[in-house]
Amino acid sequence: MSTHKYLQLSGLEAVVITPGSNFVNIGERTNVTGSAKFLKLIKEDKFDEALEVALDQVRGGAQVIDVNMDEGMLDSQAAMVRFLNLMAAEPEIAQLPVMIDSSKWEVIEAGLKCLQGKGIVNSISLKGGEAEFKRQARLVKRYGAASVVMAFDEQGQADTYQRRIDICKRAYDILVNEVKFQPQDIIFDPNIFPVATGIDEHRNYALDFFKAAKWIRENLPHAHVSGGVSNVSFSFRGNQKVREAMHSAFLYHAIQHGMDMGIVNPAMLEVYDEIPKDLLERVEDVLLNRRDDATERLLEFAETVKGSAKKKETDEEWRKGTVEERITHSLVKGIIDYIDQDTEEARQKYGRPLFVIEGPLMAGMNVVGDLFGAGKMFLPQVVKSARVMKKSVAYLTPFLEEEKKQNGNVGQSAARILLATVKGDVHDIGKNIVGVVLACNNYEVIDLGVMVPAEKILEAARKEKVDIIGLSGLITPSLDEMVHVAKEMEHEKMDLPLLIGGATTSRIHTAVKIDPVYSGPVVYVLDASRSVPVASELISAKSRPAFQAKMKEEYRQMRKDHEGRQQLKNYITLNDARNNPVAINWAEVNFTQPTFTGRREFISYPLAELRPYIDWTPFFQTWMLAGRYPGIFKDEVVGVEAKKLFDDANKMLDEIIASNGLQANGVVAFYPAVRTGDDVELSGGAATFHFLRQQNKKAKDLPNFCLADFISPDEGRDYLGLFAVTAGIGLEKLVEKHKANQDDYSEIMAKALADRLAEAFAECLHERVRKELWGYADDESLSNEDLIGEKYKGIRPAPGYPACPDHTEKKLLFELLEAEKIGITLTSSYAMYPGAAVSGFYFANPASRYFGLGKIEKDQVEDYAKRKNMSVEEIEKWLAPNLAYN
Amino acid sequence: MILDGAMGTMIQRYKLTEQDFRNEQLKDHPHPLKGNNDLLSITRPDIIKEIHKQYFEAGADIIETNTFGSTTVAQADYHLEHLVYEINFQAAKIAKEVAEEFTRNEPDKPRFVAGSMGPTTKLASMSPDVNNPGFRAITFDQLAAAFKEQAKGLLDGGADVLLLETITDTLNVKAALFAIQELFDETDKQVPIMVSGTITDASGRILSGQTAEAFLISVSHVSLLSIGLNCAMGASALRPYLQVLNEKAPFFVSAYPNAGLPNEFGQYDQTPEEMAREVEEYLKEGLVNIVGGCCGSTPDHIRAIARAAAKYKPRKPEATWHTGEKETADVTYQRI
Repeated sequence: MSTHKYLQLSGLEAVVITPGSNFVNIGERTNVTGSAKFLKLIKEDKFDEALEVALDQVRGGAQVIDVNMDEGMLDSQAAMVRFLNLMAAEPEIAQLPVMIDSSKWEVIEAGLKCLQGKGIVNSISLKGGEAEFKRQARLVKRYGAASVVMAFDEQGQADTYQRRIDICKRAYDILVNEVKFQPQDIIFDPNIFPVATGIDEHRNYALDFFKAAKWIRENLPHAHVSGGVSNVSFSFRGNQKVREAMHSAFLYHAIQHGMDMGIVNPAMLEVYDEIPKDLLERVEDVLLNRRDDATERLLEFAETVKGSAKKKETDEEWRKGTVEERITHSLVKGIIDYIDQDTEEARQKYGRPLFVIEGPLMAGMNVVGDLFGAGKMFLPQVVKSARVMKKSVAYLTPFLEEEKKQNGNVGQSAARILLATVKGDVHDIGKNIVGVVLACNNYEVIDLGVMVPAEKILEAARKEKVDIIGLSGLITPSLDEMVHVAKEMEHEKMDLPLLIGGATTSRIHTAVKIDPVYSGPVVYVLDASRSVPVASELISAKSRPAFQAKMKEEYRQMRKDHEGRQQLKNYITLNDARNNPVAINWAEVNFTQPTFTGRREFISYPLAELRPYIDWTPFFQTWMLAGRYPGIFKDEVVGVEAKKLFDDANKMLDEIIASNGLQANGVVAFYPAVRTGDDVELSGGAATFHFLRQQNKKAKDLPNFCLADFISPDEGRDYLGLFAVTAGIGLEKLVEKHKANQDDYSEIMAKALADRLAEAFAECLHERVRKELWGYADDESLSNEDLIGEKYKGIRPAPGYPACPDHTEKKLLFELLEAEKIGITLTSSYAMYPGAAVSGFYFANPASRYFGLGKIEKDQVEDYAKRKNMSVEEIEKWLAPNLAYN
Repeated sequence: MILDGAMGTMIQRYKLTEQDFRNEQLKDHPHPLKGNNDLLSITRPDIIKEIHKQYFEAGADIIETNTFGSTTVAQADYHLEHLVYEINFQAAKIAKEVAEEFTRNEPDKPRFVAGSMGPTTKLASMSPDVNNPGFRAITFDQLAAAFKEQAKGLLDGGADVLLLETITDTLNVKAALFAIQELFDETDKQVPIMVSGTITDASGRILSGQTAEAFLISVSHVSLLSIGLNCAMGASALRPYLQVLNEKAPFFVSAYPNAGLPNEFGQYDQTPEEMAREVEEYLKEGLVNIVGGCCGSTPDHIRAIARAAAKYKPRKPEATWHTGEKETADVTYQRI
């Protein structure tokens, strides 16, 4: 029988902290007092994005999520409850225990009422006297939580060793003996204060913390010790290098002394062993108060570190290193200027071109791969590194050919990965990024491009003897195509690993639809950075069987969960849903007649006019830099890279605009419209659009939305607008040039910019529609942020997106718009070509709003199939992600 | 220890009509009441007592009061919120009368009454609206108030134990535990608490998403008499999750599964022998201290289970008792 008393916590999963557990890392980015970014999101009511901050922490390895909403301008209690409830709805976040962090008891108590699991209160203390302390502790216990206890009493915060241990002992005795609090549920925070402040009294702060931690762990059985680490380096704000060194040195000693949990920002942590010895010595002098002049010496040193970090990289000191060092430097820094001459020098030194590739080039790229894997380099940098590598390989290629001619085949090639965007889909930015990242990790990438049919993928896989196949897609019909490819692979009795990625794909889709049809390994890859570890597991003959079995089991489990979950969803009949539409009092609506009916083209729209409409945030997402524009530039981790990328993007935009490198074409049309059921008929029945209605059970007063609800049911009153725009005309020619130069960076950049310009065009045209072409909101005056925040009247939903997920409606849309005339066509999967294009409907009614259709039931699918004169099976195929049944 | 079987299954046998669910007080109640089985403790106490008797005769040590849905939250469906206290009080009272009668006749086999507290009809940690995941149909405070009223009725009526059962959302049960502890403080009286969750499918999680171990940890702040699982699946399907509880729980472990899975007509057709055989697997492994039946089980099922249980020694809790609360129980632990 075990006698240990372990701290047990839970979210959806159990978390038990045993003496064998590693240091428990408490995620601290969902804290308005510690993260300016999070505060901004909460203040701007962007809770969805704020949730992503929590998700990032889960994925970053946090074991507990700290949530703090203490900010003067916020209703902290309401924000806490709302955020916790939203977190509970995200299984990936909800798996972890929550730390409810507030200085206000009401906020803590409100938070405790939202947690089904066992969380942690942060914090209670003797600050308000013993009676209040006991009252709060009893309640914490009754709600079923553990608690952080601050070393704080009626006299104030403990700032000496003696006061720390006195207060902690007193609190412990009260909690354990009087309140009957479980001792393992007590987590002491003995106060981490800034050191090297120049004030003599502060010199023992760190050392006293260490000693107090040790004393607590030795004298107060089962209790834990935690603290907020970044406080210790407060005096060195702005000097990342010194701060990072201080954090890791502090943690190193604190953990040795028994601290076993803590609030730490992993991005602000140097590896202890990698702190330069001279810096470490000075930092430890301060922390351990080893010298009288410790503070002065660290300050002095900090000045020099600061100075050197700021020094421009243009200095050519690095050119003095060995050729290997220079090649690595060029690769890591993405410097292209010297790579040819360095490659030549290496070729002469190593004798054979292959030795250069396998030697210094591979070594350099390994450094890049490691830094990227460790989160110390970011995607735009890696893409630049790849460019340098490709240039070097291109320089060596003629020599390799020459050698081949003389000696026959040369050496063995690296593992080969085939990449393709599936048939019917034209989107390839993400796929290209994966290709670059894999190439940087010494995989040979065979990229078949876009719209690749299954047979071509299989044929190329056999011919090129690839080791892995990777499929990408952005639009929902591509999901089916991926299932098709997987089936074909099964049919051909292949056992190559199949990787699945792209915006529309998901772990759950892969598990439920793709994995079961293919007996070889199938793995969903979230983003480019995950592709490398997955590929390496699958390539190695040693790790593959175990990895494959693990993934198969994981997906099998997910399928089971999924089946179980599906039975629980609550749907109503189509009839009931129709009886709960958006209620608009049509008698009170002022209809505005558009300035024209029929279509109007906008050819070669001036790009300079579109530029201010660009929403940059998705641009950074494309490059895997997390953060919102423009705040991203201030981000501690990615700020500098984001700014560089932004500058490069604007430089390219300047060039594109000056040279008319891209052409933006658009078309808008308006037609008289009337609602009939869930359909909208145009021009007295000449054409009909079909819409779908939400069928999930709604809370009181919430309608079951359908886009048709926003159009008047009375003949001759209302209108529907249609549009299609592209900014991708000329893109192929533009990227051709970059491709020829092996310049992935510019190629991806050009594509990403074309995408942004197309979106900007849609935004710009919508504004003109509102104010002028339709003119129903001619008094509107909104900033670009407001536009991005969708604060305008009326909506422009796109077929294939949440409010109307049926891509096939684009067929009629494109016919009416005669979109081919302006250069946009549809693929077999109804993807738009060029890919940098946007199309959709305009609804003018002020009550219209964006929504997600969610899942629908068979009765609606049957009804919809009848309305569209298509078979139920076909509709089910196109709407597969939206079906509430199997 | 043996717990009883299903109440609903037994009530079905009586083929009751709307009239059976009404008495003088309710004769003009404007809403239909048929199907509100909990009401029968007031309108047809004879039937409920008869069922309790059959279960004691079959070998049950503990019977459950007929109060699964007797909270203001669940009774709102019938517009009977005002009767909640009385339903619980009467249900506990008649159950206690039957139990005392049996104990008198057989003093060395004392019989007990567990006040049944169901999960209510609303979830505190999940939104009913997929488009609004932050929405909640009920709050912790509302649930706590409802459970407190129910618990008070049960205790005043004479229940020996409170049984929080068929838990689908751990936050609901945390609200109930909170309310019960408040009530204990106010009345200065404590009874043992049993907690029993429901794992709804093979994912091994309760509806609100927790694993069996996370569920255990989330309710371990209270010194429970037992933790366990009931309903949802047949006996053999519960076994892996009972193994988790057996290994980790510092409390006694209970299990009262359904009599197999419902057939296509929604009926349970597992025979008493089949069910007892599956339950016996638990006993062989020493997984549980308290066994019984849920949906579809009858006195015959309980009789078969009791017979099987008599062959085995009860489980010894593996993990340490670590909640530190004082234990006051009418039920003597040694007996279990």
